[in-house]
Amino acid sequence: MSLLTEEQVMLRDSARGWVKANAPVSAFRRMRDSENPKSFDEATFKSIAEMGWTGVVIPEAYGGSEFGYRSIGVVLEELGRNVVAAPLIGSAVGAASALVLGGTEAQKKAWLPKIAEGTAIAALAIDEGPRYAPDKIALAAKKKGKGYTLSGSKTFVMEGMAADVFVVAARTSGKPGTEKGITLFLIPADATGLSRKGRSLIDSRGYADLTFEGVEVGADAVIGQADAGKALLDKVLDRATAAVAAEQMGLAQQAFDTTIEYMKTRVQFGQLIGSFQALQHRAAYLFTAMQLARPTVDEALQAIDEDRDEVPELVSLAKAAANDFINYATREMIQLHGGIGMTDAHDAGFYLKRARVLEAAFGSSAYHRERYAKIIGM
Amino acid sequence: MNVMVDVEDTRRLEAFRAEAEAWIKANFPESLKSKLEEYYQNMPRYPDGPDWALWKERVRDKGWGTPGWPRDYGGGGLPTPEARIVLQAFTDCSAFNPMIGMGTSLLGPTLLEYGNEEQKKLHLTRVSRGEVRWCQGYSEPGAGSDLAGLQTKAEDKGDHYLVNGQKIWTSGSRFADWCFCLVRTDPKVKQDGISFLLIDMKTPGVEVRPIRTISGESPFSEVFFTDVVVPKENLVGKLNKGWTIAKRLLQFERNATNTARRQLAGDTRPLDVVAKEYIGTDEKGRIADPDLRQRIIKHMMEFRSLKLMQQRMLDETKAGQGPSEFTSVAKNARARIQQEREELLVEIFGQQGLGWGAAGDQFKQEEIDTTRAFFSNKAMTIFSGTTEVQNNIIAKRMLGLLDHQ
Ligand SMILES: Cc1cc2nc3c(=O)[nH]c(=O)nc-3n(C[C@H](O)[C@H](O)[C@H](O)COP(=O)(O)OP(=O)(O)OC[C@H]3O[C@@H](n4cnc5c(N)ncnc54)[C@H](O)[C@@H]3O)c2cc1C
Repeated sequence: MSLLTEEQVMLRDSARGWVKANAPVSAFRRMRDSENPKSFDEATFKSIAEMGWTGVVIPEAYGGSEFGYRSIGVVLEELGRNVVAAPLIGSAVGAASALVLGGTEAQKKAWLPKIAEGTAIAALAIDEGPRYAPDKIALAAKKKGKGYTLSGSKTFVMEGMAADVFVVAARTSGKPGTEKGITLFLIPADATGLSRKGRSLIDSRGYADLTFEGVEVGADAVIGQADAGKALLDKVLDRATAAVAAEQMGLAQQAFDTTIEYMKTRVQFGQLIGSFQALQHRAAYLFTAMQLARPTVDEALQAIDEDRDEVPELVSLAKAAANDFINYATREMIQLHGGIGMTDAHDAGFYLKRARVLEAAFGSSAYHRERYAKIIGM
Repeated sequence: MNVMVDVEDTRRLEAFRAEAEAWIKANFPESLKSKLEEYYQNMPRYPDGPDWALWKERVRDKGWGTPGWPRDYGGGGLPTPEARIVLQAFTDCSAFNPMIGMGTSLLGPTLLEYGNEEQKKLHLTRVSRGEVRWCQGYSEPGAGSDLAGLQTKAEDKGDHYLVNGQKIWTSGSRFADWCFCLVRTDPKVKQDGISFLLIDMKTPGVEVRPIRTISGESPFSEVFFTDVVVPKENLVGKLNKGWTIAKRLLQFERNATNTARRQLAGDTRPLDVVAKEYIGTDEKGRIADPDLRQRIIKHMMEFRSLKLMQQRMLDETKAGQGPSEFTSVAKNARARIQQEREELLVEIFGQQGLGWGAAGDQFKQEEIDTTRAFFSNKAMTIFSGTTEVQNNIIAKRMLGLLDHQ
């Protein structure tokens, strides 16, 4: 596996510097307490767009930098470290990938430049129930004349409250569970018959449930091939999933760093708690587990950039590893802080809460282990 | 052992169990069924309505809030086996003991061993009758695991003690009437300079500032003492001999944690039932996610082991002897297994287990309550002495392993 390029190292350093100056955890806390309906700070997001991070996977021809997935991973990791709330994974990675990989020229022209400059937000509408199950897509898109009529619902759409446009996975034929019959649609949020309702989750971001009541769209709303969109959908989901894993590693890294720092400052029994061998071993176990998880995420992102055949299995490997590690790291973060970690005034809760949401988003470890097993033919 | 006497005993106790259960079923108000007494104690979530009052009154008159305490102190005067049966019967009848709290489970048993006659008469009677709620003033910002490092001081002023300092994480202190407090009465020595003092929370100079937790609730507070005057008769045991009393109370505390009904917060159904509902089943009727199914069954089997261990612990403690160091083992096992249950529940719920705020058409009450319990129960491995501190007790006091330092 390759290390970061010079360009990526620069990107990481500038992201790290920017986050430190502009979006410390206290900024997220302020946003949370402000009951901001979009669940991210507009000025912060504007600044993120100015840094070019909304265009990292978008080709230059459409206003992006096309640095690639490893690069957006580097940025997401830095943002994750400080639980920065910004609509990047759904918009600048998920939906942008769908358009880049499968969009028509007209679709690309209409949306990619705006996504890249942060003036439009796009979101992926996939889930229809309490858990990630892209195989079970049921939302019906019935042929009507040259276009389609969509009826059904989507749940827990990440960044869904702020989105101007949705990439919607729908079923144009076949039964839920069958591969054939999936079609991706690009549907503006203000389409007639489409309504959304906010979902308040523990991580204080802007999730939405969508209801489609006879939403009519033309054939030009189809992204990629009608009725045979499964392959495209899988590619898009792999990219979004790898992006989530990158944010998870950033969260985990900071959860770890904060905990180690606390062990070096908290005194009990007249000595630093970090001097107790029992706790030193806990830190060492955590550190070792992190070394196992991190390269899986880097490798998946790198494989996406190189368009390798093993992307699906590497993404499942990365998501399962990142899920398991962030779960472990946040539990240890709370435990090793004692009472103070249980308080809302401390940041530990933010890490625990964001971690649990990202663990469920785009597939639990159980989901990805099962998927990995299927891919390798087990 | 006389087998005949044993059989005789068993018969008598079974008859008593039937009697206790019948009484509880006949007297427990239906409207309180879904309530959790623990939350009621620490942060009244429910209005203290007429049914609460009625239930308390009925239990008070029988002395069953503290069934094993002497009648002189408002208790039920029952021998240990019968008292246990009463407490178990509350749970088995899906009811609860309305008096339960730090008074019944922590301070009471400690005063029974260490209090003088006046203290027992006054304080135990009030606890038995549900008239006074207690809180525990142990931890301080600088004294958590190292509890004996506490600095809140009580100075001898002739006819009273003058208390100054700060406690933290004091559960239920917002609603407590009294606080049992560890104070420093000799700054020159550590454990041997600690005393055990009872403080009326209404005394001038006591200030309570609630702390919000990651679950969004405020079960505990900071408690500040500024020139608080405490009468001399509120000292329990001898001056500077409070540490032994404090440790004994901690054993009662761990014991209480082991048996508290925390698992009943949120979705109370068996995990396999919940999983089938949220995840669905395969063609053979098994939970559709085979990985999760294995982890659920592992948890359920471990929970059963826990129950058996708890039962053995009860059987092994001889009547009247009370809890021992084994409570550290039981507390660690219970806390871990409980937290695993909640991690599993949240995973089973999927994104339905990640809701925040009020229940409604998007999240059911059980889902929101489970998520809240998931967060608040992260404290189970921290309060009453952290898992690490219990492990130190197990390694050093039970296993005789020496400190390397
Ligand atoms: C919900 C809740 C309710 C509480 N209610 C009360 C209450 O009513 N009254 C009261 O007095 N207190 C209460 N507490 C306080 C509780 O007892 C303390 O939080 C606990 O003893 C730990 O102390 P600390 O928070 O200072 O953590 P610290 O002691 O600073 O511990 C930090 C970490 O270091 C570890 N550690 C410390 N020493 C050692 C060692 N020697 N070896 C290995 N590891 C070590 C700990 O295990 C922990 O992981 C409550 C706490 C919580 C979370």
